[in-house]
Amino acid sequence: MAILEVKNVGKRFGGLKALDNVNLSIAENTVHAIIGPNGAGKSTLLNCLIGKLIPDTGSVMFDGQSVLGRKPFEINQMGISRVFQTPEIFGDLTVMENMLISCFAKRDGAFELNALASVASQRDVIEKAEHMLEDMKLMDKRHMHAAAMSRGDKRRLEISMCLAQDPRLLLLDEPTAGMARADTNNTIDLLKQIKEERNITIAIIEHDMHVVFSLAERITVLAQGTPLVEDTPEKIKGHPKVREAYLGESQDAA
Amino acid sequence: MFGIGKRDSTLLIIVAIMALFAPFILNPFPTGSAMAQFNAGYPDLMQRFVIFGIFAIGFNLLFGLTGYLSFGHAAFLGIGSYAVVWMYKLLDYNVIPGLFLAVIVSAIFALAIGFISLRRSGIYFSILTLAFAQMMFAISYSDLIGRFLGTTITNGETGLQVYTSDPQILIDDWESVPHLLGIVEMRSTYTLDAGAWSFDFNAGYYFCAVILLIMFYLAIRIFRSPFGMMLRAVKSNQQRMNYTGLNTRPYTLAAFVISGMYAGLAGGLLASMDPLAGAERMQWTASGEVVLMTILGGAGTLIGPVLGAGFIKYFENIFAKINDNVLHSWFAILPDGMEDFMVTIVHPFVGKGWNLTLGLLFMLVVIFLPGGLVEGGQRIGRVFRRRDRNAGSVEADAAKQRNPAAE
Repeated sequence: MAILEVKNVGKRFGGLKALDNVNLSIAENTVHAIIGPNGAGKSTLLNCLIGKLIPDTGSVMFDGQSVLGRKPFEINQMGISRVFQTPEIFGDLTVMENMLISCFAKRDGAFELNALASVASQRDVIEKAEHMLEDMKLMDKRHMHAAAMSRGDKRRLEISMCLAQDPRLLLLDEPTAGMARADTNNTIDLLKQIKEERNITIAIIEHDMHVVFSLAERITVLAQGTPLVEDTPEKIKGHPKVREAYLGESQDAA
Repeated sequence: MFGIGKRDSTLLIIVAIMALFAPFILNPFPTGSAMAQFNAGYPDLMQRFVIFGIFAIGFNLLFGLTGYLSFGHAAFLGIGSYAVVWMYKLLDYNVIPGLFLAVIVSAIFALAIGFISLRRSGIYFSILTLAFAQMMFAISYSDLIGRFLGTTITNGETGLQVYTSDPQILIDDWESVPHLLGIVEMRSTYTLDAGAWSFDFNAGYYFCAVILLIMFYLAIRIFRSPFGMMLRAVKSNQQRMNYTGLNTRPYTLAAFVISGMYAGLAGGLLASMDPLAGAERMQWTASGEVVLMTILGGAGTLIGPVLGAGFIKYFENIFAKINDNVLHSWFAILPDGMEDFMVTIVHPFVGKGWNLTLGLLFMLVVIFLPGGLVEGGQRIGRVFRRRDRNAGSVEADAAKQRNPAAE
């Protein structure tokens, strides 16, 4: 069953057609990768899913409910969490505080004027945050300022914060961009572990084919704002249209 | 203690002791001595220390935690003063109803101004708050709304004050100045003469000091609460907050309203000490002053704003009083030519030039101590601790040498 259903979505920026009649459906509990050359519209599509952009045409349904016109925090509360290309964390705060904020958001919702109780007295949230950090192997770094961590650890923290909210759909925007090989492999292992342990759907936008083919169960190839093909990784690997999109059209070569 | 951590309790107790003994601490020099002009322990100035301390604590809840720099907080100070004077005019000289009204009215104004201003962030937010405060200053200064309604609301440039023709429906015969529930008049002062020294214990000061302690305590609770943590998250990364399912707008608005209420209370206390309210209290210079206090003391720290408020009010009142006669008496021991030369050199920095000294100090603090006076204190503390540790290890080494068998 599809958890996310994108129908006829189009988005123009002035004269540029960034997305043109995109149809996409992501099945529950799968890892679905969206790949494509630069300028294919991957990030625009992602931004349309999380409320950062509103498409000109079409519909985006998450679990039977439209996400269009909702604010990012509302979409998050529906069960969609997003990991950014450059890790977005609370850099001035400690790792533990980062995790606590995520856990408070899960428990208390979008706003709660809890101004006189001390954080230390919220045992349930603290236990959950510690448990999460333990799980994600960040416990020994919990007193560190988040901004002082390595790129890989920042990514790990960002993903952990998303998972603390028990999302049904996790969106990852080039999660290994700018990472060293070791960090990339760690991130792949982390995502594999998440996929095995949790009831979660993962949608991933990625340039790195190594990452895509190690994780994805379905792949959609996007080019010039439209999906070219959607299939399993094995079929995509040798698909002529995909080669064409990545390596240039045949008439250009001629 | 009281639901706050050990370190915070210690800080609160230190502030309480300082406030209790302020009449002694601020009057270290004998009356009539050459240094007596550096004494700050007179009622009027001590009241200002604590009242502006409250103002700055509230401002810091917004600026220090969320990073939103309001440049119009003096508007709430003015509103608080007007509210208290109006209660004098309508009821009687008891300050309590006025202070409640001050907090409520400033909260309502903060809600409206914050609702609009917080649609923008950064410099645009600052400009919006400044614009609102200046509009309110202009309206108060000309009593625009009062004239429009054919009555008096702020009494224009004269300022709002109590007249014998006012209703004052609860007034008793003995009431002529602000008082607390009929128990004590704000101006009543007990002077203790001890040898060459004299110390003033003023009822108004102690009333304000108790309120400062309550407000300081509340600020500690807010700092350590989940709400306080969310406000720091706003400063750190709003994008991540939104994508963590948190709505930033009500958080910033709540912080804005709370800090507006602190400012309204401070303004109300100003009118509780002296039953007057004027539009100049809302002017942009007053808004700028609280920004300076908070940054000078240490934005985002608990005690910093109080220190900054004390520092600036001390300069404003003490340095401003030093005139050429005082300077001549200081340098009297020098030869005549040298004396005149020194007076000429120092002259621009004191008296009317106190702003120049303050400006230079502010620059020094911002450049060398970006964390404000609190950071200065922490650095000094660290130096001492390091020396202690070194001393400790030296002693341990010495002990080992004396008693090798203990190893």
